[in-house]
Amino acid sequence: MVWKQHEYDKLPGTYVFDGRMAAMGYPLNKMCMSFNDEPNRQEFLRDEDAYCRRFGLTDEQCTAVMQRGWLNMLRLGGNVYYLAKLATFSGKNMQDIGAQMQNIPVEEFKAKLVAAGK
Amino acid sequence: MAKIVGGVTTSHIPAIGIAITKGLQNETYWKPFFDGYIKVREWLDRVKPDIAVVIYNDHGLNFFLDTVPTFAMGAAAEYHNADEGWGLATLRSFKGDPQFSWHLIESLVADEFDMTICQEMLVDHGFIVPMQVMWGERKEWPVTAVPLSVNVVQHPLPTAARCYKLGKALGKAIESYPEDKKVVIFGTGGMSHQLQGERSGFINKQNDMMYMEKFVKDPEALTRISNAEMMEKFGTEGIELIMWLVMRGALHDKVNTIHTHYHIPVSNTAAGVLVLENAA
Repeated sequence: MVWKQHEYDKLPGTYVFDGRMAAMGYPLNKMCMSFNDEPNRQEFLRDEDAYCRRFGLTDEQCTAVMQRGWLNMLRLGGNVYYLAKLATFSGKNMQDIGAQMQNIPVEEFKAKLVAAGK
Repeated sequence: MAKIVGGVTTSHIPAIGIAITKGLQNETYWKPFFDGYIKVREWLDRVKPDIAVVIYNDHGLNFFLDTVPTFAMGAAAEYHNADEGWGLATLRSFKGDPQFSWHLIESLVADEFDMTICQEMLVDHGFIVPMQVMWGERKEWPVTAVPLSVNVVQHPLPTAARCYKLGKALGKAIESYPEDKKVVIFGTGGMSHQLQGERSGFINKQNDMMYMEKFVKDPEALTRISNAEMMEKFGTEGIELIMWLVMRGALHDKVNTIHTHYHIPVSNTAAGVLVLENAA
């Protein structure tokens, strides 16, 4: 049993959300889907570890979630559109997440976006 | 008979919806973006569409990863928005047109585009932000709507060529509807952006310019770009530009450009606007 190789695997710094990622990240993404409901967001914040366990996240995934380690969540199969739900009620936007994934200050990340338009 | 009055490409970035709700359209950050829509709104006021077919992708509101339809079409009398966890205000609902939707579905399936048929369908920012940016301040939406959702989240995605062919079948379906209705098609998403990984923040203006030019003059050239190449040139999320091709396919080969606008950045993304009409 092997995962098929793809032309896009060579893209640097990129985690294409294909079958391999989706299978690995299913519990994590399912948990994030539950964050569409405010009572679930509140319940998660009361006991994050217990909430992660309920959805069957691996130890590694639980740790990444509790550390809000966006790159690790991504590597462990999180889909960025689902992770955004967790980010939003953690007080983060897509620039904050992008900056953390690149390990640069958010102001620098924003400046690069502006520069791309010049 | 129904008539396609034209097609519009538009971004559907959630931050736009939040900016509209907060009334930030004239702030320094937002003005260059929203100014790009003045001509679009004037055009819409002039052509007065009855129906909007909105091509978008769901980001985890109506669909979850348990079941991912490649193409799904709404057939409901009403479409509701709901909390999708992205901090957007929940908007008033949208009226559908079941007879028109079912006509499209029958025609598309007969043409071998096997749509997932949705009699209930929550619509997320992919659908509502384009509607908001066109008509957000109105008490009533001036059109009925048909949501057409394309999977651009879970790979494998449909190819650009497939999206374009779907557009061809969609155009045929619309123009064979017996009632005199004016139909506008919104192709949403894009342009270049990548939200994930160390490559997040990727934007490429030059590639976007190429895409907009080819989109008008030679869309078939864009259907030959593989999804891997799309992600390389436009970012992993910028690949959603393939949804524009559904709109483009529904128009004639020759189109007139009524309006064009491009702005960087909105949130992490390049935003491109085109208003196209079929050439006479």
